Amino acid sequence: MAALELRGVRKQFGEVVALRGLSLEVASGELVSLLGPSGCGKTTALRIIAGFEHPDGGELLVEGRDVTRIPANRRNMGMVFQAYSLFPNMTARENVEFGLKVRGQDRARRQRRADELLELVGLGGRAGRYPNELSGGQQQRVALARALAIEPAVLLLDEPLSALDAKVRLQLRQEIRDLQKRLGTTTVYVTHDQEEALSISDRVAVMSEGVLEQVGRPAEIYRDPRTPFVAEFVGTMNRLEGKLAGPTSVLVGEAGVPLTVQAGHERAPGEAVLVLIRPESIAVEEAASAAEVDSARARGSLGGRVLAFTFLGPVTRLVLDTDLGPLVADVPSIQALTYASGTLVSLRVDPAGTHLLGAG
Amino acid sequence: MAAVSVAATAPSARGARSRRRPSVWAVFWLVLGALYFLVPLYSVAQFSLEVGPGRYGFHWYAQIFADPQFSSSFLLSLRLALETMAISMVLMVPTVYWVHLKIPRLRPTMDMIAILPFVVPPVALVVGLSGVFDVFPALLSSSQILALMYVILALPFTYRSLDAGMRAIDVKTLTEAAQSVGSSWWRTLLFVIVPNVRSAMLGAMFLTLAIVMGEYTISSLLLYNTFAVYIYYIGNTEAYQAAALAIISFLLTWVAMGGIFLVSRFTGGRQQVQIGATR
Amino acid sequence: MRSRAPAPSEPAQGTEPDATRGPALVAGPEPPRPRGAGRGARRKGRASAWRWLGVLPFFAYTTLFLLVPTIELIVKSFEGPKGSFSTANVSRLFSGEYLSAYATSVELSAITAAAGGLFGLFIAYGAVHGRLPAFIRPLLSTFSGVAANFAGIPLAFAFIATLGPTGVVTSLLNRAGLHIYNHGFTIFGMAGLSLTYIYFQFPLMILIISPTLEGLRAEWREAAQNLGATPAQYWRHVGLPLILPGLLGSTVLLFGNAFSAYATPYALTAGYINLVPVQIGAILQGNVTVPNPQLGDALAFGMIVIIAVAVTLYVLLQRRAARWLP
Repeated sequence: MAALELRGVRKQFGEVVALRGLSLEVASGELVSLLGPSGCGKTTALRIIAGFEHPDGGELLVEGRDVTRIPANRRNMGMVFQAYSLFPNMTARENVEFGLKVRGQDRARRQRRADELLELVGLGGRAGRYPNELSGGQQQRVALARALAIEPAVLLLDEPLSALDAKVRLQLRQEIRDLQKRLGTTTVYVTHDQEEALSISDRVAVMSEGVLEQVGRPAEIYRDPRTPFVAEFVGTMNRLEGKLAGPTSVLVGEAGVPLTVQAGHERAPGEAVLVLIRPESIAVEEAASAAEVDSARARGSLGGRVLAFTFLGPVTRLVLDTDLGPLVADVPSIQALTYASGTLVSLRVDPAGTHLLGAG
Repeated sequence: MAAVSVAATAPSARGARSRRRPSVWAVFWLVLGALYFLVPLYSVAQFSLEVGPGRYGFHWYAQIFADPQFSSSFLLSLRLALETMAISMVLMVPTVYWVHLKIPRLRPTMDMIAILPFVVPPVALVVGLSGVFDVFPALLSSSQILALMYVILALPFTYRSLDAGMRAIDVKTLTEAAQSVGSSWWRTLLFVIVPNVRSAMLGAMFLTLAIVMGEYTISSLLLYNTFAVYIYYIGNTEAYQAAALAIISFLLTWVAMGGIFLVSRFTGGRQQVQIGATR
Repeated sequence: MRSRAPAPSEPAQGTEPDATRGPALVAGPEPPRPRGAGRGARRKGRASAWRWLGVLPFFAYTTLFLLVPTIELIVKSFEGPKGSFSTANVSRLFSGEYLSAYATSVELSAITAAAGGLFGLFIAYGAVHGRLPAFIRPLLSTFSGVAANFAGIPLAFAFIATLGPTGVVTSLLNRAGLHIYNHGFTIFGMAGLSLTYIYFQFPLMILIISPTLEGLRAEWREAAQNLGATPAQYWRHVGLPLILPGLLGSTVLLFGNAFSAYATPYALTAGYINLVPVQIGAILQGNVTVPNPQLGDALAFGMIVIIAVAVTLYVLLQRRAARWLP
């Protein structure tokens, strides 16, 4: 039995349809991310789980029990908001205590518990501080402790890192994951940041326009996107239109440039397909002259030219004009040091890094 | 054709979520408030239009407009309002600008002073006026004293409005930019700062209009026949005409508040409707 | 020149300023006092003298037309008939009709501040958090501006036309069989005066409390709800403590607003009701015989003291909350 289950949940705001029948199961102790662009319905889904919104249709089950009609304050779900959700008139400790206080727990016990949790999120020494005396990252830690204090059936996180700066974001992301694993709390995590979703989750649910596009483990989502939307949204993806010529051969574009792809798909020759290629699956080599490019072509490589490049740290992202059309490729930065706009290159696409989808 | 797509990372939208039905209590209190606001206006309007049993017309209004006392008192108040606005702006705009630019640490003090007219009621100000007359005996026999006092009554609003206006723009950067192209201090104030805070200035001026056109305490105690004093005088003798005057006075308040509303609307500034001191 | 006060410990990033602090009486959010400014000023000694010249006209003006009258009336309050120091005037305030005038003034101001304040609070809360259509807010604030300013003589007439002996609502109630004037109500009495005051009190409340209410974030209510709090528990532990400073400040302002009102009670009750401003007015106009003219000064001094006490009380209460105020 799933710890949390959504069955055909629908929600509409006036003319805008936010959720078109969302079904999702979250196992006990699992962390599932709802990932999607703004307006895809992920936050609405979370708010329906929390009880802040009521679905127009469908059901919500916790441990097999229907909670669709239960008000938010009796659902026992801990939520961490984007930002600024700490009660400003209470200290960090009082904030964490709050959920226990309204449950009538006695003072000594709840203070002990609050201090424990603050210790757990690394704020043991700051229990007496007010939110405006804490940094953004510390505030979100307190919010996390507060949500965990009530031992929630499900922990809900609504873009908890989006208001923080990059460094704190990375660090806190890891801490949230560690804590969640340690406590074994069933968790739903809403984010628009695919990197965040992939790095933190047991499973990722990609959403678009109120519809669940794909649910799967992060590696699955990344390597094997089931829809063009998922392919594009999760990571950077080159997308080529072509026609299947053989089990491992696609003729790309109107010119019909041959490209070797991975086998194992169930598509028939002659079918129009989309070939998806990750930038890291393209190997690039500098060519000294046009003649060298031609000789590389003779050995089965493709020819191309650097249009632009962006330094991304360990890798450099190249925008190339190739025989297949424009492509984005990531190469080790050390290799790209000598590149300039216009540099001639030869390139190879790793067939194992290609992925086929039906065109249309 | 080949295409390159890069993941978009836009912040999550929270837009359409709050489209829900209004709360019953909100509507209830709003309607109650609207009734409290409208019923006295309706009543006094009915009085002002009642010419005989069951007959209505603008008879009382016509009588009012024909009364030479009406125009003289109205014009006196209007003149005082314009003078008050002029003195207020000439005094306050450079002061607030200067404080923002050169002495920002004076702002808490300025805030304090701007509250003082609330702590010292108008009637108390009149009591202490003999002290002013000791300094400037000439003011004793001049209606000018009213405008000078009204500047004080309007001070909390004028100051707050201008302070907010100056805070909304970056006074320092604007000034430095103007000076870098050779503008003098005065030119900067007139041609750079003033146009940028004009909505705050207009808001303060409309509010001053409302305050002065309704001011009764000081003018009646100093025995000047301002508009409000005239309304009181008529009220003691002619009930129907007094009702008509109440409506005229109400419309005047509307003009002032409507002015503020339009100013904030068309200049994109924040709503600046505020409260005067003419109880 | 402008030096920012250093943050308490580490940069409290992500705490954007919002309006929870409520109106600091009437002034806007107070700027952080630049602590280091004094040092900078001393370093630039000569330039600073010139800087002060810029605010000289303002200080001269307020000294002459605000400070001088205030000092004058305080000094006169302690002057005997022949100009010598005397506490006779001030001690008179504590007896007879003057004491009762203060009592009535305070009572009227407190009642209308509380009633008008609550009424305005409910309307403002509904407008801010009641999911009303978007056009309501600017409309409400404009109408409130009108109503808060429509006071004094015309307002008195409007209420006589409404609830006077032959007023529109009075006749309506008479027809319905409810003869309010037979039950002791009169627009010229305390109840009538209170109803009239509330006409400008509640819109004033709407204007000054709205920013405070806007500062109440939806996240706080939802977080409380999420942690298991009932609406009552949310208000007790979160909502009310958060708006309390603003609420108190607004109420003090409403109190002062009613306390210093002169035109409205003068036109409405013509002396039936013994209020301090009306007493002062009568003395100034020479309508009543008093032992000496300084009594008016003493009465005005008493008014200032009472309002100052209210303001001080508010400041002290505000300070208690100051630590968590953004």
